[in-house]
Amino acid sequence: MSDYPRELHYSDSHEWVRLESDDTVVVGITDHAQHQLGDLVFVELPDVQSGLEKGDELSVVESVKTAADVYAPISGTVIAVNQQLESRPELINQDPYGDGWICRIKPEDLNEMDELMDADAYQASVSDTNE
Amino acid sequence: MVSKKTPLYDNHVALNALMVDFSGWQMPLHYGSQIQEHQAVRKNVGLFDVSHMGVVSITGKETVSFLRHVLANDVAKLKNTGDALYSCLLNEQGGVIDDLIAYRFSDDCFRLVINAGCREKDVAWLQKQAQSFSVQLKMHDDLCLLALQGPDAFLKLAAIFDEATVAKITALKNFQFLMLDNDVMIARTGYTGERGVEMILPVEVVKHYWDKLIDSGVQPCGLGARDTLRLEAGYNLFGADMDENTSPLISNLSWTVSFKDEQRNFIGRAALEKEKKAGISQQLIGLTLESKGVLRNHQKVKINDDSLGEITSGSFSPTLNKSIALARIPMTNASEALVERRGEWLPVNIVKPKFI
Repeated sequence: MSDYPRELHYSDSHEWVRLESDDTVVVGITDHAQHQLGDLVFVELPDVQSGLEKGDELSVVESVKTAADVYAPISGTVIAVNQQLESRPELINQDPYGDGWICRIKPEDLNEMDELMDADAYQASVSDTNE
Repeated sequence: MVSKKTPLYDNHVALNALMVDFSGWQMPLHYGSQIQEHQAVRKNVGLFDVSHMGVVSITGKETVSFLRHVLANDVAKLKNTGDALYSCLLNEQGGVIDDLIAYRFSDDCFRLVINAGCREKDVAWLQKQAQSFSVQLKMHDDLCLLALQGPDAFLKLAAIFDEATVAKITALKNFQFLMLDNDVMIARTGYTGERGVEMILPVEVVKHYWDKLIDSGVQPCGLGARDTLRLEAGYNLFGADMDENTSPLISNLSWTVSFKDEQRNFIGRAALEKEKKAGISQQLIGLTLESKGVLRNHQKVKINDDSLGEITSGSFSPTLNKSIALARIPMTNASEALVERRGEWLPVNIVKPKFI
């Protein structure tokens, strides 16, 4: 069974977003997504300082099985990336909401957070597609 | 179409397998991590349920002549009970209908193990060819298949067999098999590039063996690991690396076609001889990617500007920690090529299609 932490916000393209106390957000891919992808072997990280519109390609994650685009769940500027993923992409499989985070973004407009789903809505949306 | 389940379906689910549809069968893709399963087979031992594969028996006094007619490899090479060989089943155009292993019990009794996705068409094809021979064909839906693979495979056989039986199995050479009293067939064959056995066994026995082996610490392995293991070993996958439109001669399988007996007019022979005479135009080679990323099936391969090929199986090699692929390209002596990936041309090395 996949895990859906209640404190996170979710996009329909399977990214999660955590609002930090300094009004920046941390972004990763969901437990459901990593489960569907299987063992990850490469992660292409965004450039720090790159500006992104919501929906832009943020990263590419490649598993043994397939490659998947990760999209920016919110508009803003990338202020940090998880360098550890360069050598240990499996962190996304092992700890998608913790050590497997992808990047930190300084959002342009925090109101965009309202367009994301809460844990219940996201869980319902993925159970429709049959995990 | 409702997909079929092997008798071990509940065992896979109990082990948290991710079940996927494969050729109409619900099969385990992995039990958590396909890379971990892959490494278990390379370093220790792993167990695969491959009961989706088909077992066909051929019996009757013309069994040998029938198989010498329908198979590209020559079963006359099999002198003894307990000998087996790999062969392609070809159509008249020399295309590969399926690849299989033929097991010789006696001159009037053989077994073929065929691919899951080819069951119906193979049996229909064989039935049609059998009309002019005195043979009977039977599909054995009552039999299951397990593959126990890895350097510790023989050690782990002690979990299911007594010492004398283990000794007999260990003494088998590659592509030899034996039958046990309980209708269990054990063969020194596999699809991983490691030492190990494949077992063909009755439904009543399979759960018992599965549980005993898993309880003794053998890693259950899914089709994901099976695919990366076979790719590292350079074994073709039917439907990806060869099919009805490609001959064995352009699929790195020339060694499995026996032209030696000039009198043996096997199906596809005329077409293959014509192909050889005209000059073989393509080859199946290996590719390695030294940079990040994973090569995928159907990506284009460019040797020079006007010489194009295609990846037939691309994946990630857990053993080499980089991406590897099989690709069909025009004949060349080049050692480097380019692969189109997401709009970019990445440099790759051309290598022999055996990666470990």
